[in-house]
Amino acid sequence: MGARQWFLGWPVVRQATGPDKLGRGAAVQSQRSAALTPRTSTADKVVKSVCPYCAVGCGQQVFVKDGEVTQIEGDPNSPISRGRLCPKGSASKQLVTSPSRISEVLYRRPHGTDWERLPLDKAMDMIADRVIKTRREVWQDTNDDGCTLRRTMGIASLGGATLDNEENYLMKKLYTALGAVQIENQARI
Amino acid sequence: MPGLGTSFGRGGATTFQQDLQNADCIVIQGSNMAECHPVGFQWVMEAKRRGAKIIHVDPRFTRTSAVADVHVPLRAGSDIVFLGALVNHVLQNELDFREYVVAYTNASAILRDDYADPEDLDGLFSGFDKDNRTYDHTTWAYEDAEAAAAAGDRQDHPGDDHPGDHGGEQHGETARSESYGSGGATMRAKPHHDPTLQHPRCVYQVLKRHFARYTPELVQDVCGVPPELFAEVADAVTRNSGRERTTAFCYAVGWTQHTVGAQYIRTASILQSLLGNIGRPGGGILALRGHASIQGSTDIPTLFNILPGYIPMPHAEKHLDLDRFVAEDSGKTGFWGNMRAYTVSLLKAYWGEHATATNDYCFDYLPRITGNHGTYDTVMRQIKGECKGYFVVGENPAVGSANAKMQRLGMANLDWLVVRDFQLIESATFWKDGPEIETGELTTEEIATEVFFLPAAAHTEKDGSFTNTQRLLQWHHKAVEPPGEARSELWFYYHLGKIIREKLAGSTDVRDRPLLDLAWDYGEEGPLAEPSADLVLAEINGSGPDGPLSSYTELKDDGSTSSGCWIYCGVRAEGVNQAARRKPGKEQTWVAPEWGWAWPANRRILYNRASADPDGNPWSERKRYVWWDAEEEKWTGADVPDFEPTKRPDYEPPVDARAQDGIGGAEPFIMQTDGRAWLFAPAGLADGPMPTHYEPFESPVDNALYGQRENPTREAYDRPDNRYNPAGSDVFPFVFTTYRLTEHHTAGGMSRTLPYLSELQPEFFCEVSPALAEQRGLEHMGWATIVSARTAIEARVLVTERMKPLRVRGRIIHQVGLPYHWGPNGLSTGDAANELLSVVLDPNVHIQEAKAATCDIRPGRRPRGPGLLTFMDDYRRRAGVPEEGP
Ligand code: SF4
Repeated sequence: MGARQWFLGWPVVRQATGPDKLGRGAAVQSQRSAALTPRTSTADKVVKSVCPYCAVGCGQQVFVKDGEVTQIEGDPNSPISRGRLCPKGSASKQLVTSPSRISEVLYRRPHGTDWERLPLDKAMDMIADRVIKTRREVWQDTNDDGCTLRRTMGIASLGGATLDNEENYLMKKLYTALGAVQIENQARI
Repeated sequence: MPGLGTSFGRGGATTFQQDLQNADCIVIQGSNMAECHPVGFQWVMEAKRRGAKIIHVDPRFTRTSAVADVHVPLRAGSDIVFLGALVNHVLQNELDFREYVVAYTNASAILRDDYADPEDLDGLFSGFDKDNRTYDHTTWAYEDAEAAAAAGDRQDHPGDDHPGDHGGEQHGETARSESYGSGGATMRAKPHHDPTLQHPRCVYQVLKRHFARYTPELVQDVCGVPPELFAEVADAVTRNSGRERTTAFCYAVGWTQHTVGAQYIRTASILQSLLGNIGRPGGGILALRGHASIQGSTDIPTLFNILPGYIPMPHAEKHLDLDRFVAEDSGKTGFWGNMRAYTVSLLKAYWGEHATATNDYCFDYLPRITGNHGTYDTVMRQIKGECKGYFVVGENPAVGSANAKMQRLGMANLDWLVVRDFQLIESATFWKDGPEIETGELTTEEIATEVFFLPAAAHTEKDGSFTNTQRLLQWHHKAVEPPGEARSELWFYYHLGKIIREKLAGSTDVRDRPLLDLAWDYGEEGPLAEPSADLVLAEINGSGPDGPLSSYTELKDDGSTSSGCWIYCGVRAEGVNQAARRKPGKEQTWVAPEWGWAWPANRRILYNRASADPDGNPWSERKRYVWWDAEEEKWTGADVPDFEPTKRPDYEPPVDARAQDGIGGAEPFIMQTDGRAWLFAPAGLADGPMPTHYEPFESPVDNALYGQRENPTREAYDRPDNRYNPAGSDVFPFVFTTYRLTEHHTAGGMSRTLPYLSELQPEFFCEVSPALAEQRGLEHMGWATIVSARTAIEARVLVTERMKPLRVRGRIIHQVGLPYHWGPNGLSTGDAANELLSVVLDPNVHIQEAKAATCDIRPGRRPRGPGLLTFMDDYRRRAGVPEEGP
């Protein structure tokens, strides 16, 4: 590289002499940054999604490479959010790829002092047994006046406002068939 | 959402976020929209750019206030006085949109002559039963028309398996109000009208008398708002309403989390109806919800008192069979008159071919409710040992619910607990490191609760739909597989049901029939055997003899159709997932009808028939939206008409018409039995047909209007684990209010574990004014301990001018602001503000009063370990809070 080229390659000179007067683009590019590509451009696929935090319902684009989420950005096509995301929506990649996220079933036995591991199918089986047992033990066929109750007051559930409609649907349907009526979420507004 | 439901017929936002850009004035009250719904707030800024006036009414000066034209600081808990004074201003000066009011509201309806107002009864409406703290609503009805199925109609028998310890204190009515999510309360007959609005017993005159004392002077006295500021708001709102202009209201939990919450929304509904701002572009009331699918989880409820589509859960005493169930709850007129078709279609979706005409479509399979089975009653039942198993799914009650300690005590007394979440939230680890372990009140080895923590799949790992704040269903697609043993809730509940059904197969016990007969077939896809969310959506949408249904008007009561949620019928019209539509906004009109799908019937502004005058013509060119096309003989415009498409504006219903045929061509509120917006709600609310000001349960001052200080029908639970601060206590002289920050989400389970968000808001803090800081010796960035009769918490101090001391009832009231996102787990940690709150509930929806309570604040950190207990004993003794007994 000659001295002249070297001099003309200086970012400040490029900024002063070139079209990028504010020094936000070409003028400040280095060899290293010129070689960088955004994660979004190398994704295998882009999946349309919706922000899981608040009820504005911003559109999201989920960028996936090799079966991993590599980036989540706003969807410019959404007529509601027009591509924008707030700090929570922008951080949602960390929500789904967090290193402290738990991906194994944990079990604490009665009076236990620590977690233990339990395979998922074993846990499902144990939970089903407990539901059946509690339902049998705490069951009301009728009230004192002989009116049908057909319910268990032994089982309760809290949650739903962060879940999908389809999930809420199956929850309510199963609980209703079980006779569990103490079902709640945070939607009481 | 009974505030909106009883006023207009449906409990959802009446408009959509993008429509805010058309407003000439926007009042944001009970919400810090710029910080809590930041991306939706762009539409407020869009309106401002177009010249709209933005008003923010809130105790705190926030980023919403910073960009508003006017900020009105008012005392937390005094909103009804402020809004009531706006109503009074409109009525006294006859600034209402008279043609709209006469045609579209019940202003002209004549009431019974034995109705008595709080103005006559020192704060009580007629019909109050002192022993049970409930109202008999008979006298609130229209003359010659008796009301049915009001919120308070299903009172319990005293002691009816109610978990509380003192029957007299509670009235345990069911939260019937939520069934006004779609379909207003029922009136048996239409009222007599006086269109001149002069009859002394017409709603307009009753309303005028009721609000006459809500003057600017009262606003100053009770809210701490100076008269000039009130006048500026009153002027802006009335000038920007009418034929040519519209004003919109936005609210959030700042309004709902009160013992009179539903009535806050009622007051805004009354004001917006008087000003003619409902059903019109740039108008309406936008409820801003905090969770991605909080609207969806009410529409398809994970709630105790309703079934999908706001069909009430049957009550043991009243709904012995399907006939009695629908007779009670369906109005004679309005779309709710088709209640039988909606119910039978739901039962068909639940029990498929097992539901037949001969077995009442399995109506008897539905469990019955007998009272309030809401979350706080459940917790008290857990503490009593009656409720033994608990599923906690994507929520974190150990820090997220009022009186969080009660929640932990409940969980520590279970047989088994299933927690499904992404991270080890406080509700999963309370047995190990909860605050009670530190104080020695509980020891790990003594807690017998068996805990299952099951990792959950994230939104990127499953298909499904959320319903956002504007009733819009949007589908998200699965991008990747969930890690390890993480699974969707869809997977969990589907497989749990399947295993239980397998284990019970062959059972002859009748109680197992509802499980064994359940329609439970949703396919199993991929290596994880994931059920198909699309098949579940198809069941929700419903089908008939010819395949998928396209509209709820196709539902039949003869068992030939099924639909898992009638208001969502149409989301898979033509068998296509309409919620997954993503035609770019730029390629559509501003209404963007081809982005997602909104209930009902893809209507974006509800009651939009009201955007045209009674003859069907737009009120003005400027506010043109939906109108009658006389040539084509149908309704047309920018949106799907919220009206029968070919019902003529001059249609007069025959006397004996039922369901929608009973709604006239100029009656836009088609879910109401009389087709009108209710200024006065003759049915539907537990605590009064009109809003009236009561002080918060824990208030530092008396009620300026009445001897009756607080909501007489509130649900209070004074027990050793839920002590209240004595009214007007010198020991707890300050008001505190809880709120959210942009960078965190509710109780923090989805935000305190994220490095970005934890870095942005690293620590729990409290906001206080310089005056309060000086009075209490609090140092900026130092520590403070905040105390209520429940417990004490510590927080970093943020001294800021944004907190304003207010002069109320002749004295200075200081307010303390507390964001409520923290807890001990995660990257960003701190005490939970919810520890301070008591359980005291609104009688309509049983929501806790989280926005206004009293406290003390002092410098320094709180005592640790058992020292905290002695510290609290001392506080309670000084405040005169009883130690023993109920
Ligand atoms: S990005 Fe922010 S504003 Fe948009 S939905 Fe998510 S949390 Fe709400």
